[in-house]
Amino acid sequence: MISLENLYKLARRRKLDFLLTVVGGTIVFIVIVMAILAPYISPYDPYRSVNKALLPPSDQHFMGTDNLGRDVFSRVIYGSRTVMFVTLVSTILSMSIGTLLGLISGFYGRIVDRILSIIMDSIYAFPGLILAIAVAAMLGPGVINTVVSISVVYIPTYFRMIRGQVLSVKNQLYVEAAVALGARSHTILFKYILPNVLPILPVVFSMNIADAVLTEAGLSFLGLGVPAPIPDWGFDLKNGQRNLLAGYWWISLFPGVFIVLLAIGFSLLSEGLNELLNPSRRW
Amino acid sequence: MASLKAYIITRILLTIPMIFILLTLVFFIMRILPGDPVLAIVGMKASPEQIERLRRELGLDKSWLEQYIDYVAMIFRGDLGRSMIWGRRPVVREIWDRFPATLELTIFGFTVSVLIGLLTGVLAALKPETKVDVSLRLYGIVAYALFIPLLGMLFQLVFGVYLRVFPVAGRKSPLVDVPVITGLYTLDSILSGSIVGFFDALWHLFLPSLTLGIVLSGVYTRLVRTSMVEVLREDFIRALLARGIPRDRVVFVHALKNAFIPVLTMMGLQFALLLAGAVLTETTFSWPGIGTFLVERIEYRDYTTVQGTIVFYALLVSFVSLAVDIIYAIIDPRIRY
Repeated sequence: MISLENLYKLARRRKLDFLLTVVGGTIVFIVIVMAILAPYISPYDPYRSVNKALLPPSDQHFMGTDNLGRDVFSRVIYGSRTVMFVTLVSTILSMSIGTLLGLISGFYGRIVDRILSIIMDSIYAFPGLILAIAVAAMLGPGVINTVVSISVVYIPTYFRMIRGQVLSVKNQLYVEAAVALGARSHTILFKYILPNVLPILPVVFSMNIADAVLTEAGLSFLGLGVPAPIPDWGFDLKNGQRNLLAGYWWISLFPGVFIVLLAIGFSLLSEGLNELLNPSRRW
Repeated sequence: MASLKAYIITRILLTIPMIFILLTLVFFIMRILPGDPVLAIVGMKASPEQIERLRRELGLDKSWLEQYIDYVAMIFRGDLGRSMIWGRRPVVREIWDRFPATLELTIFGFTVSVLIGLLTGVLAALKPETKVDVSLRLYGIVAYALFIPLLGMLFQLVFGVYLRVFPVAGRKSPLVDVPVITGLYTLDSILSGSIVGFFDALWHLFLPSLTLGIVLSGVYTRLVRTSMVEVLREDFIRALLARGIPRDRVVFVHALKNAFIPVLTMMGLQFALLLAGAVLTETTFSWPGIGTFLVERIEYRDYTTVQGTIVFYALLVSFVSLAVDIIYAIIDPRIRY
């Protein structure tokens, strides 16, 4: 029903979605800049003790110092590198594998589809963080091992999304036409189906990365992420917990806030993008 | 016409492959992924004989196929092996000691999340496209992104360190003594008639379950809001209002009952989030459940216990998703294969 009032509401809604995208995008952009420019903007060496331990935030140490006298601000800045690298690489990895399997499953159907679907659904139903914990525990500490542990968790997300999309695209007239013209199956798959499936990826990707940020932080909070001296928000949060109850809140608070900010940034981005790219869906 | 019985039987049959796939996945992670458990346990300095003995004891000297058959057979006997440290207790017993703590935390966390979700979701649905709605939409996004340890530590700092009104760790006060019957302290204290024990248990549960509940509530806010908006547009709502039934009653009884169905379908998947969230909540609040247990045993390289705990999680998830689907089918007669 189109009325003036509804149009106003719609316009306001679009404005809000746009705003969400901009806010989310800005947060993500700032963290990316932090990661790239880390050596130039961080005032101290994040690995070394630069002052007395447990100093509260001051002019000299914007976010205080930790239990080893390291500058928390510098560690937060360098921590953005760790979280960005790990989550980006692992989501790209899950996206590639998940998309490929989803394409195969949706396109070829039958027994392949049955088997892949039930495997993916089972993994999807299993608690993501616990799966990552199991893989990380067996692989041992290390940056690449953390990447692998996280990417395992999200393969089913892409698989399900892409498979569903392939199934709906497969029955479109232009695909039927290509089949009728005698196109080979890989031509159909990569030239006709893939381009029509890819547009949903940005939304899924940014939604997924928000989740991956939290999983990465969770793993390192539990001591199963990147190994110790590397600055990492989740690990630093955990490291500060011992001193939290004595009132030294800054060691934990700042890395923790950045975890949440980055996760919110990616969520807002995906939320806004989703509404802007596909306005028929309501939240 | 498929009956409810046919649905339940099909659903049970579908759970079997799921259990097998998850067990195989755990097997794959524990045995086939690089990383030698034996070396990890005994360390690099161990003699070849020591390594050989442990390898034989764990059955790692057999072929993968034999190992897999042994592994599945053991699980079906209800045996998860013996812990490798501290008196070598059976893993099943160890898990059984720790599980009630996790169960109690997840029950309370779940209740908190559903209550907040229903309240905020209905509120947003009643005033769609207003400031209230927009703020609750943002709440949904932010709540989900709140990192459990950070929220928990903020609560510990405010309520535990500054205000000193809630405990920051553990399940009960040292001086409160309630006999363990079920392992759920709130229930045990009721069964043994200890009022002090009951309130002590609730007092300790407060911060952890609030933390877990808030983070998981965001999903429910959105779900309830979406389905409530749809239900409120339906004819039967207008009919009820036209009949003069009070608006509050229509919203909170008739509409909410229908809006609740999509929420229920999500509960199976939410249960996985609840378990994962519980691991972080338990670690933050030193809560002696299976989450802290798993993390602790990973540190001690207690290989069999780690494997057993992951298997336990896999079985738990499979049975709960089965149960949720069956309950869903009983409530909503449209759900059939």
